[in-house]
Amino acid sequence: MTIPRVHHGVAAARGPLLFLDGTRRAVMGEWAEIETEEGRSLRGQVIEAGREVTVVQVLEETLGLAPGDVEVTLTGRLATAAVGREMLGRVFSGNGVPLDDLPEPAGAESRPLSGRPMNPVRRDRPSDFIETGISVIDGMNTLVRGQKLPVFSGPGLPGLELAARVVEGARIPGDRPFAVIFVALGITERETRRFLDRFRGSDVMTRTTLFLNRAADPTIERLLAPRHALSLAEHLAFDEGMEVLVVSADITHYCEALREISAAREEMPGRRGFPGHMYTDLASLFERAGVVEGRDGSLTQMPVLTMPNDDITHPVPDLTGYITEGQIVLGRELHRRGLFPPVDVLPSLSRLMNAGVGEEKTVADHRAWADQLYAVYSRGRDARETAAIVGEGGLPDEDRRALEFADRFEEAFVHQGEERRTVEESVEIGWGLLRDLPRDDLGRIDDEVWSRHGEGRDRSGAGRTEREDEP
Amino acid sequence: MSGADGGGRDGAAEARVTRVAGALVEAAPLPAAALYEQVLVGESGLAGEVIRTRGEIAVVQLFEDSDGLELGEPVERTGSTLTAELGPGLLGSVLDGVGRPLELIADETGPFIEPGSSARTLDRERTWAFTPERSAGEEVAPGDVLGHVRETPEIAHQVLVPRDGGGILAGIDGGEYAVDEPIGRMEDGRELTLLRRWPVRRPRPAGERLPADRPFVTGQRVFDLLFPVAEGGSVSVPGGFGTGKTVVEQTLARYGDADVIVYVGCGERGNEMAELLSEFPELEDPRTGRPLMERTVLVVNTSNMPVVAREASVYLGITIAEYYRDMGLRVALLADSISRWAEALREISSRLQEMPGEEGYPTYLADRLGKIYERSGRVRVPGSPERAGALTLITAVSPPGGDFSEPVTQASLRVAGGVWALDSELANQRHYPAVDWETSYSLYEEQTGEWFAGEVAPDWPEVRRDALELLDRERDLREIVNLVGPESLEDDDRLLLEAARMLRELVLAQNAFDPVDAYSPPEKTHLLTSLILDYRRAAADVLEEGVEFVRLKTGPVREAVRRVRQAPEDELDERARRAQELVAEVPRGEPAGGTGKPTDEAPERGDDGEPEPPEEEGGP
Repeated sequence: MTIPRVHHGVAAARGPLLFLDGTRRAVMGEWAEIETEEGRSLRGQVIEAGREVTVVQVLEETLGLAPGDVEVTLTGRLATAAVGREMLGRVFSGNGVPLDDLPEPAGAESRPLSGRPMNPVRRDRPSDFIETGISVIDGMNTLVRGQKLPVFSGPGLPGLELAARVVEGARIPGDRPFAVIFVALGITERETRRFLDRFRGSDVMTRTTLFLNRAADPTIERLLAPRHALSLAEHLAFDEGMEVLVVSADITHYCEALREISAAREEMPGRRGFPGHMYTDLASLFERAGVVEGRDGSLTQMPVLTMPNDDITHPVPDLTGYITEGQIVLGRELHRRGLFPPVDVLPSLSRLMNAGVGEEKTVADHRAWADQLYAVYSRGRDARETAAIVGEGGLPDEDRRALEFADRFEEAFVHQGEERRTVEESVEIGWGLLRDLPRDDLGRIDDEVWSRHGEGRDRSGAGRTEREDEP
Repeated sequence: MSGADGGGRDGAAEARVTRVAGALVEAAPLPAAALYEQVLVGESGLAGEVIRTRGEIAVVQLFEDSDGLELGEPVERTGSTLTAELGPGLLGSVLDGVGRPLELIADETGPFIEPGSSARTLDRERTWAFTPERSAGEEVAPGDVLGHVRETPEIAHQVLVPRDGGGILAGIDGGEYAVDEPIGRMEDGRELTLLRRWPVRRPRPAGERLPADRPFVTGQRVFDLLFPVAEGGSVSVPGGFGTGKTVVEQTLARYGDADVIVYVGCGERGNEMAELLSEFPELEDPRTGRPLMERTVLVVNTSNMPVVAREASVYLGITIAEYYRDMGLRVALLADSISRWAEALREISSRLQEMPGEEGYPTYLADRLGKIYERSGRVRVPGSPERAGALTLITAVSPPGGDFSEPVTQASLRVAGGVWALDSELANQRHYPAVDWETSYSLYEEQTGEWFAGEVAPDWPEVRRDALELLDRERDLREIVNLVGPESLEDDDRLLLEAARMLRELVLAQNAFDPVDAYSPPEKTHLLTSLILDYRRAAADVLEEGVEFVRLKTGPVREAVRRVRQAPEDELDERARRAQELVAEVPRGEPAGGTGKPTDEAPERGDDGEPEPPEEEGGP
C-alpha cells in the first residue's frame, strides 16, 4: 500500500476533526498519526479523502490542539486491531491500550477493525445453548450461540450489574473452549474500579478480556471499543474455534458518542438528533454475531442499553430491537420490590430460543414448560390489573390462582439474588410452581409431558415447601 | 474521450478518483458519463453507478465498502446502467443486491465478503435444453415466445423475443445451450441467446392492465379471510420490531400460492437469511411437492452489507419478478423491509447534501416508492401467444418506534392496495400473526370475494362480513366491560365475547411453526370460521329458550374446532362432521349453582366434554 505522507499543519479543526488541504494522495480509512507541538502523539483515521479536503478523525483528546502546529502523518495502513489468544485474562482501554500495567499484546495477528460482513450463505443457524446462570434468561429467553440478545435497562436499573453477572456466570455445556469479552462503554471511574476489583484475580478472568472505556475518555474511543472487542472475538471464534460471548454496556453511551461525532461532521440529524445511519452503524456491530458453516466456534453478543425515560420507542432501543434477535427487558416495578434480576418476562423474547432448547440441549420439554409459565404468568399479570379495580374477591377462581402464581413466580423464579443457577435448577423451580396449580389450569402442557413432570410427583413438592418459607 | 464506450484508453486523460466520502466517490474527468451508468472504481474494480455529473466530475455511489480506496485510482465506465442478467438458472439462486451469486462470492473470498467481486448472475457453464416453438422465416415481434427451456420440473421458462428485437427469424434450433450461446438469429444478423439484460431501475414494458380476477392465496387465515390481496395487488405490512413482519414475509414465501417467489431481504438479519437458506431447499411446496427453493429467487443484502446495494436490491428483485411475469406466470415479490431501502436513499441523499424533506428523507421518497409499487399488477403481456401475468407485491415496513405516522409508512399507505398493520400489543400477547383487525384493510375484498365464493364456498362474503362484525361488536363490548365490569353484561353479550374469543384464538391466530397449522387452505379457513359463527347462532337460540349462559359448556366446542384445525387431511371430514354435530347440539351442563365458574374462562382443554384423546395436539 501507499507510503506514509507527512502534512505540516492543517487548514482547520473542529471537535475531533482535522481538515487537510490539497492532499494528492490519501486512502479512505487509513490510519493517521498526529504530533502536537508539545510532543503529544495522537491517533486518527481518514474518514473522507479528497483532492481538495481530506478529513481526519482524531481518536483522542483534541483539547489544546493548535491546527497550524500539528504534524499529520498519513500512514497508508488501514485501521486494524491486534488480536490473539494471549489477550484473554487482560484489561484494555477502548483503544486497545493495556490498562493492566502489562506490555502491549504482541498481537499474533491483526484484523480489520470494522470487520467484513459475514456471507449469508456461509452462516450456520445458531442452535446451541449458552448458560448464563440467570433463570429468567436460561429458562424463558434462552441465549443461543451466534445470537445477539440485548438487555433493555432503564436509568437506575441494574443493567450493568446484570451484564457483570453474565460475564461471571456464563458457561458452555461440555468442554468446548469458551471466552467472554466484556466491553464497558462510558462507565464511571467508580464503576471501572469496581469491575477491576471484581474480576481481577477471580478464576473467570482467565477466560475473559475486558475493554474498559471510561466516561472521561475521548468520545471517539467509545466508537472504537466495541470494534476492538469484536475483532478479537471474531479471531477467537473463527480462527481459534472458541465459543465467544461479547457483553457490552452501555450501548446508549455508544449511540450518544455517535451522535456527537455526527454533529461535528455536520451530518443531517435524524430522530432525537441521532444520525440517519445509526441503524447501519449498530448493524455493523451486532451483525458480527454468528456461526460460520464448517467452522468450530461462535460469536454471541449481549449488548446492554439504557432506555432513556424507560421509553422503548427511543431510537436506541428501537433500532437495536430491529437488528437483534429478541430482547431482555428490565422492569422498574420489579426492581423497586428488590428483586434481582428485575426482568419483565412479558415484553422479553429470545427469537432463537426454539433452536437452542430441548432434550439434547437444555432439558426435556423445555419449550412447553416455558410456554406454560408464560401463559399463566401473563394471565396473572392481567388479573393483577383487574384486581386493582374490582378487588381480588371479584376475580374468577382461575384468575385468582394465576395472580397468586404471578407473585410466587416473580419472587421464587425471577428473583435469584446472588445465587447462580444451572438451567436444570431454574427449570425445576418452574415445575415446582406449576405443580401448585390444578391440572386444568395448565392448558399448554399435554398429558404426556405432564406425566413426566407433574403427576407421580409429590404435589406438595418444591413449590409448596418454599411457600411456607414466606413471611 | 469520445463515444459512449468510455474507458478513456485512447490517449485521453484516464478518469481517476478525486474524492471518497463513505459510499460516495467523485471521479474526473468523466465528462460523458450518463446518469446511472455503471462504473468500476479502483484497482479492485468496485461496482458503482453515476448518480450526478458536474462538468468533468462524476459523482458515483458505490455498491461496496470504500475502505482502502485511494485518491488517484482509476475509474472505468461500462457504458450501461445497472442491469439484471435474466435467463434460465435464476430460480434457486441467492444473489447480493447487485445480482452476484453469494455462493460464488463465498468461493472467492470465504465466509466473509471482500469487495470487488466480478461474479455474474447466470452460470455460463451450465447448459439448457431449448425447444423452439417458432421456425425460420416467421416474423416475430418483441415479447413473442420463441420457445422454452424446462428450468425446473414445474416451470417452463419461456424464451421471448427481446424488447428491441422484432423481425424475420433467419434460423432457430433446438438443442443444449449455455445462456450466452446463440440459439438462432434474425435476418438482419442479430443473434439470439437465452440471456437477456434489463436495466433494473426501468420497469419492463407491460401491456394493458387487467382487473384483478383472483386472490393471491396465502394460506394464512387472517389474510385470506379478512384482508385478502388480489393477484397483482400490493400490500404494505407495517409493524414495530418484534411484531413478526419477517415471519409474515417468510410464511408467505413458503405457503403463498404463486408460480415464482422473489424474496428480497433488504437490510435485515443475517441469521434469518441463514434460516431461510437452510430450510428452503428441504421444504416442499405444498402444491407441487417440489423443493420450495425451485420456485424461489433470493436477493439478500443484510443490514451490515453495503448500504447502496440495499437500495439497488429492491430494483433487482422487482426486475426479476417482472421477467417471470412476462412469461405469463403468477409471481409474488416479498420485500423485507422497504424502510431499509428508504434509509439507504436517505443516506445517499444526505451525503449529496440535498435539501431534506420530512425526517431527513429526500423529497422524492414518496415518488420513488410509488414507482416501485406501480410495478406490481396483473397485465396482458405484449407478444404472442396472448397471456396474462401477475406481479403481487408485499412489502414490510419498519416504522421507527412503531409510529405509523412516519414518512415511509405514510408514503406506503398511500400507494398500497392493502395494509396488514402489525400490532405490538397483540405480539406481546403472543397472538401471531399480530394483525390488527381494526386498522388493517384491503381494497381487493370485492374482486377476491367473488373468486372465493365461486371456488371455495358460496357464502364466503357473508362469513367474512359476519366475522368482521363479531370482532367489531367485541371491541365495543370490551370498552363497556372496562368501564363497568363484566357483571353488567347480558347473557347474549357474554356469548358474543366467547365467540369472538374463539374466532381470535382459533381462526385469526395461526402458528407459523406448527406443521399442520402453518398452512390453512381457504376451505379450512371457511370451515373453522363457519363453525364458530354457527355455534354462536345455535347457542343464541338456546339462550333465547331461557337457558343461562353459565350452563353452556364451550370447552368441548373449542376443543372440537381446534381438532378440526389440527386435523391431518385424511381426518378432516370426520372431525368436521363431529364438530358440526357438537355445534348444533350446544353442549350444556347442570343448572346454575354448581361450580359457578363462568364458561368464558373455561380452560382450553375439553376436560368435561366427550373424551377425546389429544394424541395429535399441535400445541402452540
